[in-house]
Amino acid sequence: MNIHAGADHMQPPLLDVHDLTVEFSTRRGMVRAVEKVNLTLAKGETLGIVGESGSGKSVTSYTVMRILDRAGRIAEGSITFGGVDVGNAPEAQVRTLRGREMSMIFQNPRAALNPIRKVGKQIEDVLIEHVQAQPSNAREKAIEVLQAVRIARPEERYHAYPFELSGGMCQRIVIALALACRPQLLIADEPTTGLDVTTQKAVMDLVVELARERNMATILITHDLGLAAAYCDRVMVMEKGRVVETATAEAIFRAPQHAYTRKLMRATPRGGITLRDLLPEEVAAEMAPLTTAKPLAGGPSLLVVENLIKEYPRPSTGSGLARLFGAKVAPPEPFRAVDGISFSLARGESLGLVGESGCGKSTTSMMLMRLLDPTSGRIIFNGEDLANISAKTFARSPWRSRIQMVFQDPTDSLNPRFTAARSIADPLMRLGEPMASAALRARVEELATLVGLPVSLLDRFPHQLSGGQKARVGIARAIALDPELVVLDEPTAALDVSVQAVVLNLLQDLKQRLGMSYIFVSHDLEVVRMLCDRVIVMRSGRIVEEGQTEAVMASPKADYTRELLSSIPHPPA
Amino acid sequence: MLKQIAGRLATALPSLVGVVIVTFLLTRVLPGDAAAYFAGPAATPEAVAQIRAQLGLDQPLIVQFLAYVKDLATGNLGTSLTTGQPVLDDIRARLPASAELTLLGLLISVAVAVPLGVLAAVRQGSWIDHLCRVVATAGVSLPVFFTGLLLVYVFYFKLGWAPAPLGRLDFFYSAPPTLTGFYLVDSLAAGEFELFRAAWSQIWLPAVTLAIFSLAPITRMTRASMLSVLAADFVRTARASGLKPSKVVMGYAFRNALLPVITTLGMVFSFLLGANVLVEKVFAWPGIGSYAIEALITSDFAPVQGFVLAMAVLYVLLNLAIDILYGLVDPRVRLDA
Repeated sequence: MNIHAGADHMQPPLLDVHDLTVEFSTRRGMVRAVEKVNLTLAKGETLGIVGESGSGKSVTSYTVMRILDRAGRIAEGSITFGGVDVGNAPEAQVRTLRGREMSMIFQNPRAALNPIRKVGKQIEDVLIEHVQAQPSNAREKAIEVLQAVRIARPEERYHAYPFELSGGMCQRIVIALALACRPQLLIADEPTTGLDVTTQKAVMDLVVELARERNMATILITHDLGLAAAYCDRVMVMEKGRVVETATAEAIFRAPQHAYTRKLMRATPRGGITLRDLLPEEVAAEMAPLTTAKPLAGGPSLLVVENLIKEYPRPSTGSGLARLFGAKVAPPEPFRAVDGISFSLARGESLGLVGESGCGKSTTSMMLMRLLDPTSGRIIFNGEDLANISAKTFARSPWRSRIQMVFQDPTDSLNPRFTAARSIADPLMRLGEPMASAALRARVEELATLVGLPVSLLDRFPHQLSGGQKARVGIARAIALDPELVVLDEPTAALDVSVQAVVLNLLQDLKQRLGMSYIFVSHDLEVVRMLCDRVIVMRSGRIVEEGQTEAVMASPKADYTRELLSSIPHPPA
Repeated sequence: MLKQIAGRLATALPSLVGVVIVTFLLTRVLPGDAAAYFAGPAATPEAVAQIRAQLGLDQPLIVQFLAYVKDLATGNLGTSLTTGQPVLDDIRARLPASAELTLLGLLISVAVAVPLGVLAAVRQGSWIDHLCRVVATAGVSLPVFFTGLLLVYVFYFKLGWAPAPLGRLDFFYSAPPTLTGFYLVDSLAAGEFELFRAAWSQIWLPAVTLAIFSLAPITRMTRASMLSVLAADFVRTARASGLKPSKVVMGYAFRNALLPVITTLGMVFSFLLGANVLVEKVFAWPGIGSYAIEALITSDFAPVQGFVLAMAVLYVLLNLAIDILYGLVDPRVRLDA
C-alpha cells in the first residue's frame, strides 16, 4: 500500500523501493529480516519508519544505502534512487552516491565518529572525497558546514576530538558529516535515542529545518511513535520485517488501522492515561484495576535525606613533578555532582527523580543505594543514619537487604555465566537466611511467578532470554529479600515500548502487593507521570522543583521543568 | 611533551631502586661461591678466604650493598671476574649487538605481520586469513634455537646464501667507527657499503629467526584489533559517507587498530630480548644475553647485576617510547598525561 502525500507526483519519486526482501545467512540458515517492503519518497518529503527491535526498520535503510554487512543480501525486489538501480549498480557507483546524494546519521553519535581524528578533518575527508572541496579550501568549507549545523565557535570546534564534545554536539557533527555535500536524501536511524529530551528537540528541529531549507527528503527511523508523528509527513509501521501500515501522521494517530499499530500506540506513554491504558485492551481487561491507595500522609517517613552532598576533586593543574619539589599549587574547587539535596519518602510511596544527564540523579541514587559515600549529609532510613556506614562495609550490613536496586541495562546487569535461577538466588544466598537447596529453588520459583517469568525459563542463561525476560529476572532479584526500598535506575530505558508497558505495570502491581517504596530514576517524564506519586526535578546537582506528580506536570513552577515538558514530542492531536 | 617525559621517568625511579635491591640480593642468595670458583679446584681454604676478602665477600650484606650503591652512583658497575674488564665497558660493547639484532628482528616481523594481519581481517575467511593462522601458529610453536638451526642448515649449509654463523662480521672486516654501535647504521654513516653488505649478510639470518618467533602475537593482535575496529560504528559512518575502501581501512580503521598493536609491540620487544640469549648462542653473536648467561654460570655477580640493571633501564625507556607513541596516535591519552 503506497499512500502518496502531496500533489506534485507527476515526476518519478526520489526513492522507490519495490517488494524488497533482505536475507541474512546465519548459523541457523537463511533468515529473512525484511519481506516485501514497498516505499516511495518524494523530494522534500519526510517519512517515519516506526517499529520495535527486530522489525527490520534499520535493515531496510542499510539496504537502501547498500551498507549491509557481508552476511546480508537483497533476495528480491528493487531499489531505485534518482533513477539509479541501487540494488544492482556496481559498488563504485553506489559509493559516489553515498554521502553525496544520500546520507545517514546514526544512534550513539560519539561512537559514530572516528575517535582519534579531529572532527573538522573528518568533515574534510567527506568533502574531498566527493570533490566538493580541494585540499586548499577544505578547511574553510568544513567550517562553513559546522556553521550550518549551528555549532558555536566553529573554528575552535574544528580542532576538537569527539571525546571533547557532548553527545548533542557529537550528533551535530554527525549531521554535518551527512549533510556536508548537500544530499537529496537523509536517513536518520534513531538519531536521538540516548540523548536528553531537550537535546533531542534541538537535534530534531535542526534536522527538520535543514531538510526544509534544502528541500531534502528525510527518512526518520525510530521506535518512538510520538517522535515520528511529531516530525514526519507520513509514518510507516513495521513489524517482524513487514510493513503493516503506512499513512499520514495524523491518520495514524487518529485512526490506526492495523492491530499492531494500535498496540504500539497504546503502549506509548503520553499524558492523561494510567499504566493499564498502556497494555492491549484484552490484557488490561483481565487485570485487576489499579488501586489508588495513596500512601499515608503524615505517617513516619521510611527515608529522610538531609543536605546530601557529593564532591569530586577536579584534576589538579600543576604537574606532579612541581608538587614533588614543593611548588605550592592551590587545589582547584571540587566539582559538586550533588549539591545539598533534601527530601523524604513515605512508606509505600514512589518518588520520581528526573533530570537530564549530568544532573546528579544517578549519583544520588548510588548514594541512597550506599554504593557510593556522600561527602556530607544524612541518609536516615528507618530512623538510622546510613551515611555513617561506609559503602565498603554496607554490603555486609543487615541494612543491605532492606534497600535493593533494579539496574538500567537488563543485559549488562546480569552475570552472563549465571542462569536466571542462579541470578535470582544470588541475594538469597549472600544475604538471606541459610536455606536448603530445595527451599531455595522453591523461593526462586515463587519469585519468578511473582514477576511473571515462566518457571521453564529459569535454567536459561541471559543470552537465551529476551529483553523483557531479562528485566523480569533483574526485578525478581531485587525483590528476593523483601526490601522496603527499591531504587529503579531507568529500568525500562533499554526496552521496546510494548515491553516497557508490561514491565511498568508489573512494577506497579508488585509495589501494591509487597508494600515497597520506589525511587524511580528516569529522564522520561511521561513514564514518571504514570508510575510516581511525587516527583523531584534535578538540575546541576540541585532540586529545582518538587511536588505531587500530577501537580508538577500540570502546572510546573520552575522554568526548567517547563522546558523539559515542552521538549517532549507531541504528536498531532 | 618534555614535562610528560620527565614525569614518566620520575615514576620509573622507584622501580629502578627496586631492581637494584632485588638483583643485589638475588645474586647473593644464588648457590655457588665466586671465591671458590676463582680460586680454582686445587686451592687451599686459606687461598679461598684470601680471595673472598679481596672481593669483599666476607663483609656483612649491608656493607656490601652500600659499597655497591656507592659504586653505582659513580657509574662504576664493578669488574667482571671472567673477562677482567669493567662491566660498564663490556655492556657498552655488547648491548648494541643485542639491540641491533632485536630491533631488526622486530622490524622484519612488523613488516610482515602487520600487513598480514590487516589483510586477514579485511578478507576474513579467505586463503590469506588461513595462511595468517598457519604462519602464526608455526612461528610460535617452534623454539627459536630450532628455527635458528634449521635456517642455518638450509641457508648456510645447503644453499650457501648466508655466511658461517660466527658473529657480527666476517673476520676479514673490521668494525666500522662507533657512532651508534649498530654496524648497519655505522657502516652506512661511514659510507662503507661493502662493510654494510658484510654486516647485513651476518645479521639477516638471526634476525629472521627472531622475526619468525615474534610473528604470531603481532599478526594475531593486528587481525583481532582490525576486526573489532572494522565492526565499529565510526567505520560504518565512514562507509555511509562514501569514503573509498582504502581510506576507510587504512585511514580510519587501521590507525585505531594500531593502539593495541603498539602495546603488543612493547611486550614482544621485551620477550625478544629474552629469546635473544638462545639465538646469540646459535649464531655466536657477541651480545649481552650470552654474556649474562656465562657470568651467571660462574657466579660472577657484577656482570649479572649490570645486565639486569641495563635491561631494567632499557624497559623503562621502551615503555616511555611506547607511551609517547601511544600519545601520538591517540589524543585521549594525551589528555590524562
